[in-house]
Amino acid sequence: MISGAEIVIRCLQEEKVDCVFGYPGGSVLHIYDALFKQDQVKHILVRHEQAAVHAADAYSRSSQKVGVALVTSGPGVTNTITGIATAYSDSIPMVVITGQVPTAYIGQDAFQECDTVGITRPCVKHNFLVKDVKDLASTIKKAFHIAATGRPGPVVVDVPKDVTAQMCEFEYPKTIQMRSYNPVVKGHLGQIKKAVQLLQEAKRPIIYAGGGVILSDAAEKLTDLARKLDFPVTNTLMGLGSYPATDRQSVGMLGMHGTYEANMAMHHADVVLAVGARFDDRVIGNPAHFGDEPRKIIHVDIDPSSISKRVKVDVPIVGNVPDVLDEMLKLMDASFKTDKVAVGDWWKQIEEWRGRDCLRYRQSELIMPQYVVQKLYEVTGGDAYITSDVGQHQMFAAQYYKFDKPRRWINSGGLGTMGVGLPYGMGVLMANPEAQVACITGEGSIQMNIQELSTCKQYGLPLKIINLNNGMLGMVRQWQEMFYSKRYSQSYVTSLPDFVKLAESYGHVGMKIEKPEDVEPALRQAFTEYKDRLVFMDFIIDPTANVFPMVAAGKGLTEMILAEDL
Amino acid sequence: MRHIISVLLENEAGALSRVAGLFSARGYNIESLTVAPTEDASLSRMTIVTRGSDEILEQITKQLNKLVDVVKVVDLSEAAHSERELMLIKVRATGKDREEMKRMADIFRGRVIDVTESTYVIELTGTGAKMDSFIAAIDAGLILETVRTGVCGIGRGDRILKV
Repeated sequence: MISGAEIVIRCLQEEKVDCVFGYPGGSVLHIYDALFKQDQVKHILVRHEQAAVHAADAYSRSSQKVGVALVTSGPGVTNTITGIATAYSDSIPMVVITGQVPTAYIGQDAFQECDTVGITRPCVKHNFLVKDVKDLASTIKKAFHIAATGRPGPVVVDVPKDVTAQMCEFEYPKTIQMRSYNPVVKGHLGQIKKAVQLLQEAKRPIIYAGGGVILSDAAEKLTDLARKLDFPVTNTLMGLGSYPATDRQSVGMLGMHGTYEANMAMHHADVVLAVGARFDDRVIGNPAHFGDEPRKIIHVDIDPSSISKRVKVDVPIVGNVPDVLDEMLKLMDASFKTDKVAVGDWWKQIEEWRGRDCLRYRQSELIMPQYVVQKLYEVTGGDAYITSDVGQHQMFAAQYYKFDKPRRWINSGGLGTMGVGLPYGMGVLMANPEAQVACITGEGSIQMNIQELSTCKQYGLPLKIINLNNGMLGMVRQWQEMFYSKRYSQSYVTSLPDFVKLAESYGHVGMKIEKPEDVEPALRQAFTEYKDRLVFMDFIIDPTANVFPMVAAGKGLTEMILAEDL
Repeated sequence: MRHIISVLLENEAGALSRVAGLFSARGYNIESLTVAPTEDASLSRMTIVTRGSDEILEQITKQLNKLVDVVKVVDLSEAAHSERELMLIKVRATGKDREEMKRMADIFRGRVIDVTESTYVIELTGTGAKMDSFIAAIDAGLILETVRTGVCGIGRGDRILKV
């Protein structure tokens, strides 16, 4: 017989978890004691529980494995909420183990008690409170199973302290059967045939690929399919890297800050093949405007509730993306022919749109943020893992770093959580210790989890922080400039720290870069001379730079504001 | 459109709050919700009466199915079904009203299940419309309190909701 705490650790070992992000406290002391007595599961001690969950989230995003966080009850749990909601929004498989006060104290307003199951319920795929040590192993097995299958998502397992002390035989179930949870894998063959037929008839087709392609590891299959069809491919923010951005067929990201050619092509397409994407408001803009244009939509998604939620779909295919793409490819035999003439004309149109060169930006005597991202791309050979926070810098990163591989672009797409960039960097580095990892952030976002510089020092995580410092909450400022007659309400940050000294005080390398000509040498130095160190690069950028193209909220996809219009 | 949705779900602590939370989080309307264990004590059956367009109902069904505790979901109102509601209504029953109240209860096939010198508790089952008619038919000033279970429903004939 072993204790509940030891069962928790044994379960993690059985799940081949090599790294857990967490923070100890009263309710999880038994678990931390069990953790201490083994060395198979490594623990990363963060400085704030929010960062533990973000790091576990990024560990998963960059590795395909389930991320794991471990926190104590009460404030330990409430601090994780932003992290859990962020992962939930982007369907990231994660298991969060939370301590709880002893079962006899539950509901008594005990010290560090909160209703964990209640408070996390709206932002988890599922959650459990384990009241009996006999259920502990099977519950953790279920948690991993639920987190990683179907449409993935975070699962919380709340474990009262007395349960971690109780003794029990340990047996880890090999498989799990749940009558209430059986996600669909294979797509409906009849629907897939209809889809293939539509693809043959398409005259102005587009493939619209989202995060589901990355989550299901279907990037390669999607690329095969796209090449076979010779159709243009656009990616959502979450889908970047699911199709090589440098390929001719890629028209770039679509949506609010998508490229001119992607938005025009999406809007004017007669057949849209949507794969693992969900037509959200940042992607299609005003649904009524989008609906004006007649088109046929094929939608492949593992989650039936994502289909026909915002846009009526003609050929719904519920299934796991790679399985469905496989079936499609099988059906595209020798007799399969696309309309080469019409698609050729469509490509001519797209090239004309592409000719607008919508990502051109004005030059300045100051450093332009776009330029920093472009140089970062060159210096890292386009092969780095890029984490970002939320705001202008995030959009610049998405637009100017050309992701050719999946799982390289790590950002909070759905919830839009500022402060994820630094802990995301930690998670990526734990999963990919040899990789080049950069965090593109701003002076607003980075300060939301700046304490993690200390964690990075403790574990020697050589993250490269690209701080695009404009002294402004840039995206807020951009909207105020454009839609609020330049009333810059609370978007100007005074009293910024000296980031160089701050980085140095944490034991890292700090750099301040103020001239365009210094950008590249600084980046090169960071990635060579300081390869093994965390380098905080504070780029003082042109504070007037804005993100274009832009589809204003509530506007249609084709109603873009381009940099050249201003 | 009014819909009656039947849900079979695991009889687990918190399962009800998952369903209720889903409806409030997504802004769906609940007219009534009833739940109790089935003949298999590990399962609960819930009947939800809601209103919405076809698109909203499609989303409600899909979102309910997505809940990990939910085993099966059926929109009963898509085909022939029976629905019943139970009301207990306490009324003042004194003087000439005492006889009249008994008579009204009989007309509506209700039963008096509690009697005091001045009050009756009448039990009434039927559709919600029948309850409404009963309330409308008696003198509003005599109603002391009412309690209704909300609708529970079942498909007719061969339509069976079971695991």
